[in-house]
Amino acid sequence: MLYRESGQYKTTYSADQAIFTIPQDRVFFALMLLVAFVGIPLVATDYVYTALLIPFLCLSLAALGLNILTGYCGQLSLGTGAFMGVGAVAAWNIATRIPDLNLLVVFALAGMITAAVGMFFGLPSLRIKGFYLAVATLAAQFFLPWLFVKWGWLTNHATSGVITAPHLNIFGWEADTPLEKYLFALGVVALLALAAKNLVRSNPGRQWMAIRDMDIAAEIIGIRPVVAKLTAFAVSSFYIGVAGALYLFVYLGSTEPDGFGISLSFQALFMIIIGGLGSILGSFLGAFFILLLPIFLTRVPPMLGFDLSTAIVAHLEFMVFGALIVLFLIVEPHGLARLWQIAKEKLRIWPFPY
Amino acid sequence: MSSVTEKKIGDVLLKVENISLSFGGVKALTDISFEIREHEVLAIIGPNGAGKSSMLNCINGFYHPQQGTITYRGEKRKQMRPHQAAKQGIARTFQNIALFKGMSTLDNIMTGRLLKMKAGLFSSAFYKGPAEREQIEHREFCERIIDFLEIQAIRKVPVGRLPYGLQKRVELARALAAEPTLLLLDEPMAGMNLEEKQDMCRFILDVNDEFGTTICLIEHDMGVVMDISDRVVVLDYGRKIGDGVPAEVKNNQAVIDAYLGVQH
Repeated sequence: MLYRESGQYKTTYSADQAIFTIPQDRVFFALMLLVAFVGIPLVATDYVYTALLIPFLCLSLAALGLNILTGYCGQLSLGTGAFMGVGAVAAWNIATRIPDLNLLVVFALAGMITAAVGMFFGLPSLRIKGFYLAVATLAAQFFLPWLFVKWGWLTNHATSGVITAPHLNIFGWEADTPLEKYLFALGVVALLALAAKNLVRSNPGRQWMAIRDMDIAAEIIGIRPVVAKLTAFAVSSFYIGVAGALYLFVYLGSTEPDGFGISLSFQALFMIIIGGLGSILGSFLGAFFILLLPIFLTRVPPMLGFDLSTAIVAHLEFMVFGALIVLFLIVEPHGLARLWQIAKEKLRIWPFPY
Repeated sequence: MSSVTEKKIGDVLLKVENISLSFGGVKALTDISFEIREHEVLAIIGPNGAGKSSMLNCINGFYHPQQGTITYRGEKRKQMRPHQAAKQGIARTFQNIALFKGMSTLDNIMTGRLLKMKAGLFSSAFYKGPAEREQIEHREFCERIIDFLEIQAIRKVPVGRLPYGLQKRVELARALAAEPTLLLLDEPMAGMNLEEKQDMCRFILDVNDEFGTTICLIEHDMGVVMDISDRVVVLDYGRKIGDGVPAEVKNNQAVIDAYLGVQH
């Protein structure tokens, strides 16, 4: 009964076009933000930050980037891992070569470099669609990690080929502890998520969705497919690049540059399919699901008293994980975000059936 | 019929001269010429496969005829892409609905208005300020179209969930959002029941009347065509066999033969 919108009248278009049109949603979201920024730091341990929350934030940002491209603009991409690599390598190079540069500027520049690379690999999308485009982006996925290894300048000719992230220094604030790193990542992700929501509810988003839903009709009402597709590639790659930079600087600390492999691309793709294509919320839900489920599966059997060997647990994890994904796709192909939406619609009229 | 006589039909808006279009060995259009005048309702009719839709596709830049010229507003048109035609004020609807299924009615109509909107990536990402003002300003215009076509109730509904007749109406709304000079309608009444057809006729005539939009439509329902159009062009097997006011066309022997068949 709390979630009721009757009697709430909107009298201006700006109120009708707000992100959360209902006060209950606004309150709920504000509470969520409060929990993320204040509640979690009060209770979480370092393990939770480093094993769960920080990778969750990095990967949900990458999933968000991929969702802009695949979910909103309908261009299938398997290059997410490589583009994260571009972001990470670019950020590392900028930060080590220009040590005094502000970290936020470093991240923005890394994102822009990734955007340029993404646009380049997005050029085939002007001619090909669907699975064929996925194969074209696969070329990026194989070429770029190879380049990171072969082009010594990119890793400053380190013999081990390992790049190690410098200290995080944001306007004099040293983010060293997991908590500080978490807060930094959360800030970046929250800001970029807001920007993404704004993009998809105004002109660029409408262009992308028009191209996704019916490209011929989109062109006939005056949308230039070249512009729409390439901006989608650019914005998506920007997000993925920043996600990659975060992944290295905040989560991994150091990595071999060929670590940004195809498994990362698939992971991001699963996240948006499970979370919900064409939904900002879905990117986060999907990342949460994909990251949390394996941890959940390894932890739950011992809690229930099943004493399984680690090998069995590891295999079981894969089997249950696979089965759940298949089940999910059958039951709700539009993902967790759609489930959330259905739940809200039901809640609106609860306890009446309609 | 007073409205027809009062209506000011202006100069030639679009002139099609000797258009021929073929796909490989198949000749879709052969040596077609006709004119569309400002503020008129021109119907293109003809049996199935006569080349009516191909003709519209040539006009809005989707097909490129091998021969002939199209003159629009006194200027000979070079080969162009559909989005360029849209910029010049040519909008259209499709025979089989081409809406953006994942978007709401309002978003579809707002998308039709994109050509008039300027906010780029950065101001849109920031949203507050110019981008929001622009959204609201154009929302007001889209709401006028929504009122005009009486689709207020389905504003926020994803178009994929709407019944066929309403989808057709939303498609018309999307085309109108661009404030076109020339509106091409490809079978706007196909598959509709009588009531829906009457509504659609009313909307087409109102658009023509109130906005002064020139309309070129393809339609199979002869009753509708004869009632609402100022002039009729008849195609058969890619050739023009008739052109004139409805009464003339109705009595044209070639047209009668094309529709009813000839004894051999």
